[in-house]
Amino acid sequence: MLLLECPYCGVAADETELAAGGEAHLKRETVGSLDAEFEEYLFMRENPRGVHFERWRHAYGCGKWFLAARDTMTLEVFGTYPAQSKKPPKAIENLIKKKRPDWKGWA
Amino acid sequence: MSEPQTALQGATAQGFVTVSEDGLHGMISLRGDLNDPKLKAAVAKLTGAEVPAAGRISWKGDRGVAWMSPDELLVIGPYSSAGKDALVLSKALKGVHHLVANVSDARAVFRIEGAGFREVLAKLTPADVSMDAFGIGQIRRSRFAQVAGACWMLEEGSARVVCFRSVAGYIFGLLEHAARSGSEVGYF
Repeated sequence: MLLLECPYCGVAADETELAAGGEAHLKRETVGSLDAEFEEYLFMRENPRGVHFERWRHAYGCGKWFLAARDTMTLEVFGTYPAQSKKPPKAIENLIKKKRPDWKGWA
Repeated sequence: MSEPQTALQGATAQGFVTVSEDGLHGMISLRGDLNDPKLKAAVAKLTGAEVPAAGRISWKGDRGVAWMSPDELLVIGPYSSAGKDALVLSKALKGVHHLVANVSDARAVFRIEGAGFREVLAKLTPADVSMDAFGIGQIRRSRFAQVAGACWMLEEGSARVVCFRSVAGYIFGLLEHAARSGSEVGYF
């Protein structure tokens, strides 16, 4: 069972109260982008065995989107943060670096 | 004019706790910037209760305000005056970006009374309803079995469960079944 803390409500929400939204921090391509860049944006997703950043929605609660950093193999949650973030907060990044020294960075 | 009716006409069930459908509630959905002083003042003037912090519900007399999300409140009051209250709110919030809607008929409310009320809730929802996480003055939106719902607590030994009116029968069935005598778990 995956428990993620909603950064808005402050409650530990169960996986079944949430809706998964796929990979976080995608860069949206727009007018003038190359076909290859569009392909990357529309279809290509990371599928790591380890540290991953994801979008989640607190569907059965406040209804807001948030982002989560977790390990897809151990299900360890490093932290959650608001969806308005362009990149993970420094604190979460430092925590991951400490716990997973071989992690290559979020981008 | 036909008389307003609750979804289940006040159904009750007696198990190790009492489950009963509560009467009609006036409910007004209010969306906007919850930190706006004008919004805070309008809510306080109408209900006498403060705009609650995240995850909390404040109550004064027969009126209350529940925190639903970072930009949404549920203003609770008498059913008969909900239409008028909604107008009062939108008038008071003129010029402030907001949304007010009378949603009184959209929901059903249940009372769960008795020492084991946490057991009944915990059987149905993944939310943490232990004493540390769910106490007086708190509201928790979650799901009950397969449908969305919320529960709040205003006094020791009882809680309210609120759900959409269309699933009132389903929720009552769940609560009644979870509260049957002899099915106590004894966890809390």
